[in-house]
Amino acid sequence: MSTQSTIYLDYASTTPVDPRVASKMMEFLTPDGEFGNPASRSHRFGWKADEAVEEARSHVANLVNCDPREIVWTSGATEADNLAIKGVARFYKSKGNHIITSKIEHKAVLDPCRQLEREGFEVTYLDPDQNGVINPSDVKAAIKDTTVLISIMHINNELGSVNDISKIGEIARKNGSFFHVDAAQSTGKTEIDLEKMPIDLMSFSAHKTYGPKGIGALYVRRKPRVRLEALIHGGGHERGMRSGTLATHQIVGMGEAFRLANEEMKQDNVKISKFHEKFLNKVKEIDHVYLNGDIENKVPNILNVSFNFVEGESLIMGLKDIAVSSGSACTSASLEPSYVLRALGRKDELAHSSIRFSFGRFTNDDDVENTLDILGNVVHRLRELSPLWEMHLDGIDLDTVEWKMH
Amino acid sequence: MAYSKKVVDKFENTLNNPEAFKVGRFDPKETNVGTGMVGAPACGDVMKLQIKCEPKGNTHVIKDVKFKTYGCGSAIASSSELVEMLIGKTLEEAKAIKNIEIVEALELPPIKIHCSVLAEDSIKQAIEDYETKQ
Repeated sequence: MSTQSTIYLDYASTTPVDPRVASKMMEFLTPDGEFGNPASRSHRFGWKADEAVEEARSHVANLVNCDPREIVWTSGATEADNLAIKGVARFYKSKGNHIITSKIEHKAVLDPCRQLEREGFEVTYLDPDQNGVINPSDVKAAIKDTTVLISIMHINNELGSVNDISKIGEIARKNGSFFHVDAAQSTGKTEIDLEKMPIDLMSFSAHKTYGPKGIGALYVRRKPRVRLEALIHGGGHERGMRSGTLATHQIVGMGEAFRLANEEMKQDNVKISKFHEKFLNKVKEIDHVYLNGDIENKVPNILNVSFNFVEGESLIMGLKDIAVSSGSACTSASLEPSYVLRALGRKDELAHSSIRFSFGRFTNDDDVENTLDILGNVVHRLRELSPLWEMHLDGIDLDTVEWKMH
Repeated sequence: MAYSKKVVDKFENTLNNPEAFKVGRFDPKETNVGTGMVGAPACGDVMKLQIKCEPKGNTHVIKDVKFKTYGCGSAIASSSELVEMLIGKTLEEAKAIKNIEIVEALELPPIKIHCSVLAEDSIKQAIEDYETKQ
């Protein structure tokens, strides 16, 4: 192994802040910088901060081709999801009480939906296909007269599979339902054009796109107008949709990160696609490896793979010099496999043995080479340790074994 | 992952020196071999433990042990820890081993106590299998 330090392949979880973004943020903190409150109208400290906030808003709007006035700052994509879902459902509850979402949404969408169920709303959770894609015709079939909101993610965070949000948006609009999209994984990875796409609300995160943590935004369409009930009150900032003093340095960071994403998306994607291809080809050489997600219809920065006969957490422990995520959230005694992989209909043992590799702007050739070397080695060793692998080599069909469950 | 250094070390040592840590298998048909297998793939862990014994006085002594484990890091460390405890013990002594000894030796977090229970069950089953063959 040629490197001593840990290789970071967990960009779908968070990205480092791009140094260019960090240095821009630094200009908005200290006494010699623009530290003013953007809401202060009476002096230049406030005006300067406000100017920076509005410039950042334009950068975010430019990346997704919308009007800057349609961008509302939030503390992150989780708050944006909450504001969109609870805000619209509560505002329009006299119109209807039915919501459609999917089983593979992020918890930031699922948990607000659960909360709305407690408030008397009815929620339909759609199944994905076996590759983790929501079929637009399933959305259409689930629509009722009372469907007030549809919330479907753009890119799945565990699989990288991409939903046809334009198509789903058309279905929603035809029915007069609002359509929200969680796009936390999309910015800087794939083109978004809100002028063309029939989408009413879209959530963004800064820290998945080389910006800082603690800042995100919600796109709220002006034409046709979408209204929502605020979650946080206290001063009426952001046109009443989200009160609280704006975090200038965070916002400037998000703006700069999205400006860079707009400029560098193409070159980032070329590089990452190469890594993806190389990684996939090499991993496929290992026996009994399964790709989770839709190879034809996914972003190249996320690669979710199951290594049969090896348990995911032990694989992650074996890969101690590589930072990756496991699909198996092995934090409970019941060893719950990922709900996303489960929703694909994957056998539990394959869900248990899945690993998500995600590449980013600062990944290099050595990272990929070294990871592939270590990975092949560790999978081999863990299989030597695995009674399941031994049984498989002996020609035993594991599905026919009567296991002594605990 | 709030594992103790002991779990991490045991896991890594076992992974890196499988033979020294008794990873492997005996022919389960041999009469002096007892095999125990517990757990299920769907639950995320399966342990297979084999003991090779010989008579000594009016009891039997464990001369050698082999194991294989599919599971999380602490499941692998727990089996490996148990295996170390077994060699040279009489069957009576081996039966008396309690999961708490593994918990203490590895400083397992509460959420992983399940792994030590599985290890305890694997030796009980291996002894049972051995005894029915005698």
